[in-house]
Amino acid sequence: MTSGLGATGLLTPLFIGDVLGGLDSIGVPVTQLLQMADSIAFIILAAIGLTVIFGMMGVINLAHGEFIMMGAYITTLSVNVVGLPLPVAMILGALGTAAFGAIIERTIVRRLYGRLLDSMIVTFGLGLILTQGTRIIFGNSLQSIGTPFGNVPGYTYSAYRVLLLFAAIAVLGGAYLVFTRTEFGIQARATIQDAETARTMGVDTDRMYTVTFAIGSGLAGLTGALYAPSATIVPGMGQSFLVESFVTVVTGGSTVLLGTTLAGGVLGTIDAIFSNLYGNFIGQIALLITAIIVIRLLPDGLTGLAHTIRDKLGERQ
Amino acid sequence: MSDNHVSRRSVLATGAAGVGAALAGCSGGGGGGDSGSDTIKIGVLEDRSGNFSLVGTPKWRASKLAIEEINDNGGIMGQQIELFDPDPQSDNQRYQQLTERLIQQEDVDALWAGYSSATREAIRPIIDREDQLYFYTTQYEGGVADKNVFCMGSTARQQLGSVVPYMIENFGTDIYTIAADYNFGQLSADWVKVIAQENGASVNNEEFIPLSNQNFGSTISNIQEADPDFVMAILVGNNHSSFWNQRTSAGLDIPMGTSTVMAQSYQHKRLEAPALADVYGGFNYMEEIPTDRNEDYVSRYYDRFPDAGYANQESVNNYFSMYMYKDAVEAAGTTDQQAVREELEGGMEVTGDQSPEGDISLQGPVHHMTHNMRVMKCDADHNITVEDERMIPEQFLSETVGIDLSGEDSELERQFTPTEYYDAAGE
Repeated sequence: MTSGLGATGLLTPLFIGDVLGGLDSIGVPVTQLLQMADSIAFIILAAIGLTVIFGMMGVINLAHGEFIMMGAYITTLSVNVVGLPLPVAMILGALGTAAFGAIIERTIVRRLYGRLLDSMIVTFGLGLILTQGTRIIFGNSLQSIGTPFGNVPGYTYSAYRVLLLFAAIAVLGGAYLVFTRTEFGIQARATIQDAETARTMGVDTDRMYTVTFAIGSGLAGLTGALYAPSATIVPGMGQSFLVESFVTVVTGGSTVLLGTTLAGGVLGTIDAIFSNLYGNFIGQIALLITAIIVIRLLPDGLTGLAHTIRDKLGERQ
Repeated sequence: MSDNHVSRRSVLATGAAGVGAALAGCSGGGGGGDSGSDTIKIGVLEDRSGNFSLVGTPKWRASKLAIEEINDNGGIMGQQIELFDPDPQSDNQRYQQLTERLIQQEDVDALWAGYSSATREAIRPIIDREDQLYFYTTQYEGGVADKNVFCMGSTARQQLGSVVPYMIENFGTDIYTIAADYNFGQLSADWVKVIAQENGASVNNEEFIPLSNQNFGSTISNIQEADPDFVMAILVGNNHSSFWNQRTSAGLDIPMGTSTVMAQSYQHKRLEAPALADVYGGFNYMEEIPTDRNEDYVSRYYDRFPDAGYANQESVNNYFSMYMYKDAVEAAGTTDQQAVREELEGGMEVTGDQSPEGDISLQGPVHHMTHNMRVMKCDADHNITVEDERMIPEQFLSETVGIDLSGEDSELERQFTPTEYYDAAGE
């Protein structure tokens, strides 16, 4: 494995093995927990770019899967053709997709704000062009890069997939900080909430839209980059992220980053438990049924529930 | 075989293709027959774009190679072959539309079409309505007994009948099956059970995996927990290819048998070693077969298509069947489809350079091939070796069901399944 990430993985494998073995011996279902980490990470990372583009900006981006695919392609090609170390290739994957997103916003998406159905059609077409264009340029499949880190010590489970949970948390935390604690984040949210007022306050709203869309695209690209070592690199690969991503954003509700975290946690846990007990098919069904129940009972999504609880607590005080 | 799930793409494409099909239907025209023209018209519908282009493109290339070779050597009975090969784009509606067009407007003398079983079943009603001579060249679940259809690929029973007994003999009797969750995968899993029972083994665990699934964490830990002697992995499509990387990084080192992986979409060339280490497949062809005849074929294939990624199992079926058709037409002395069909039903031998896998023969009464089946092993460096080799005929239709399309069953147009004939299947 040529990956530069290898070193970190080798730090304390015996220690991790001992800890997990210890937990197992006192009855903690370690295998299920590993599966849960894997599922939660997948759901959060599948949704994260869409959280910004659909959740915040209100653009139904049906090319979301293709943005993920683009991140994976840039990463894989950077490793295989240019010979870059994996972490650098991953950063390039995210940045490259962000740059592509910025161009798409400037040329196409810009004209579609507030036109929900039109944005669906256009991004759907964009997705087709990206998939088939990739196929024409790079062929039907790329040589894949192997998965770093090997297995979780003592368990038949890929360590890399489990570590993605930490990547997911870091990405969520980073996005939260950017959108709540930076001047850019506040201006961006102001622009999306009320562009006219923001403009009168001196915010360059055009730039805000472009940068926000680019960030959403970049996050999708990062997801592709992170899954590149563990997925099959083909032009249609983005499709497999699409269901989870939309379900997560819708289930999450209006406060998008919190929503993605909550939805990722709930849906990932359900998926993991049912996959583990009854297989992947039942896991998928359980996930979708949970989403239906959540949307039926909580029309404002999980964050709607969180807000209600917060308001009730506030009243009591 | 392969996936027939509905994506948002196919939903939208359906509408468009439906309009096209309706328009195509207006043009009328009679079906099939000897057109009396000075070329022989052949239709080849193989996917060069869309989901199946990875496996469809080699099939198209091999058909083209065979046709060019035949034309360079004087054609069929002195007539050149005229090829009609629009790209069906992995879309079943488009397949239906193009099948209508090739039969009614182009009046093709023979048709090759389709990768997946879903595609074959989508166009078979049109084939039967028009009585069109049709060659289906993918490995598939088996059981199609249709007067107009000649199945050139090996069936699940032939492929699994080659690899499952080998695995039982070498690794043990406790089997864990993971299979793609659709028609082909489920019937293949049934065959694993039937063949296991015939060889004194048993399938003790079985999981069907949705074609959209690409996360195998729980599957891998469940396999490890059950700790079988070997796994039969009948995985299909690009998403399922992720299984091999994840299996390797999870450290699951139980030997695996397959009928689908490697030979069709060459995962051993696309995934980094050792993802496919200790995988054993039962196939009628892989490009690594170390015979002079095959090496000669492979070099012809790459000379013609230098950019090709692999000469897959299906592509060779396209190749030899074109020559088999040529022989049948020349023996019949006409391209009249009924006459050619009767010639084929008398049985054919495909030998020499025309059949890269080895000398094989057509079982006329059931329209299937006796194939030269091999157990091929992939090692940790992704080198392929032949571990076992024998001729395996189609047995299900010919022996179990007892079909004779050249005689009493000459009007049959249906597919038989193992659940109708075996208790072990479908349990």
